[in-house]
Amino acid sequence: MIWRRIVAAALLAAFGAAVLPFQERISAEAKAAHFRSTALDLDLREQIGQMGFLAALSGFRSPLAAFLWIEAHTAWENTEWGRMAGLFSTVTTLQPRSLLYWDMAAWHMAWNASVAAMQDPKQPSEALRIRAQRQYFNLGKDFLERGIRNNPDRYQLYLQLGVLLRDKLEDHSGAAAAFLRPSELPDAPAYCRRFAGYEMANCPGREREAYDFLKALYLQGEKQRLPTLINLLHEMEKKLDLPASERLALP
Amino acid sequence: MKSLRGTWAIGVNTFTELVRMKVFYFLLIFALLIIGGSAFVAKLSFQEQFQMLKDISLGAMSVFTSLLAILATANFLPKDMEDRTIYTILAKPVPRFSYLLGKLIGIFLLLALSILLMAGLFLAVLWIQERGVLAETRAQLQGGPAEDLALALKEVAASTFNANLFPGIAIILVKSALLAALTLFLSTFASSGLFAILMAVAIYFIGHLQATAREYWLAGGDISWWARGLAAAVALVFPDLQAFNFVDDVIAGVAVPAGLFLQIVALGGLYVAVYFSLAAMVFAGREL
Repeated sequence: MIWRRIVAAALLAAFGAAVLPFQERISAEAKAAHFRSTALDLDLREQIGQMGFLAALSGFRSPLAAFLWIEAHTAWENTEWGRMAGLFSTVTTLQPRSLLYWDMAAWHMAWNASVAAMQDPKQPSEALRIRAQRQYFNLGKDFLERGIRNNPDRYQLYLQLGVLLRDKLEDHSGAAAAFLRPSELPDAPAYCRRFAGYEMANCPGREREAYDFLKALYLQGEKQRLPTLINLLHEMEKKLDLPASERLALP
Repeated sequence: MKSLRGTWAIGVNTFTELVRMKVFYFLLIFALLIIGGSAFVAKLSFQEQFQMLKDISLGAMSVFTSLLAILATANFLPKDMEDRTIYTILAKPVPRFSYLLGKLIGIFLLLALSILLMAGLFLAVLWIQERGVLAETRAQLQGGPAEDLALALKEVAASTFNANLFPGIAIILVKSALLAALTLFLSTFASSGLFAILMAVAIYFIGHLQATAREYWLAGGDISWWARGLAAAVALVFPDLQAFNFVDDVIAGVAVPAGLFLQIVALGGLYVAVYFSLAAMVFAGREL
């Protein structure tokens, strides 16, 4: 009996050695397909505790992320912004390929927490309220940038970053770049390029570049010829004082 | 042919025995978890609700099937010996190999049925929720531009069903089959069912670290010989269970390439075949 067990153990190790290249290949292909991009390191261990880390290691990352997300929602109801930011950070670390988590985390920080900071009745100094508001804008931006680093192949977070830069930080040049970046990605909506053009038009010194860009979009056909684009082209032709020969025959 | 029929009969009998043990009661807990969970997250946005539902349901499927595979398999041999049914079966012209294979087939049937029922329940709840959100969206956007409505409906549909959920669920089944074969192997030399369960659970956790140990071992670098030896031992002896953890990323919307999916299934099949062969080898020499 005992020798059979020894042979079984030896065969098991031999099988382990034989299957090693296959395991390595699967692992490499999985990583290339954006699987297993979660960094299960000591930082995460500190954030989620021993039991949480054990659960994450054992393949229960998504239920753990869901549980923490519900906890973050409760923190939102109690307007505990700092706690929310910490929980969002953990959730996005656990599920870095989930766009929803990055998007919502950024939205809560840049839209909700920033407004709450600006209206904070406990802070009499307006300068400090504005500072806190900017910090939340930047926190939202940071979530989106980290989300993009983890999902460079999907367009949605680039768009959200563009919206945040445009509406909250008023960084039109940055917004134009953010809207433009996903336009080459699969499934990216056609309005990405239009939005990039609209933002370019708001950048001082880039008016001519913006006009040429928007004109090229207009010439692409009916699909791009929306009222906003046409109105903007009209305005820019006037602003640039273009001769009639260079102007488009706009409706 | 006769041997195959005998194996199948043992498999069906094992399956019936497990069903009579009321193992499907766990489905009630599963149903409570996903229906109760859905009610709990009702205050979230519909995208969040669907995400939570998928996270909780697929996570629970993975936990339940893994537990079922380990707990149901670990008790077979000790229980059959205690009840003395094993002696009755093996006294007939049934090879030990067929007996073990029959037991494994019975477990596989149970696992397949369990995952089918859980997946059915999960998809039904998802579908009902999707219908609700679609109706709500239609009511809200009634009278508005048709394009806006179509876009909103498309967004709702995109947040719910995703074809990648199916390979994700199939990989959960493959992983549970691997765990069942592994536990069967352990139970061939374990002194009790409890010992086999503890060993299988320990291997479950170590198996999830196998890929890390393997990387550590193969990367070389400046590490002590004993740490390297330990990593090598883990990499060689334990199964790579991380290879079967696709569901977390599938929920997040990552597509499973067909080639990769087939390789995972093949790896799972290989593990099952090897663990079963080793179980048969050890069991053949066991004194009963």
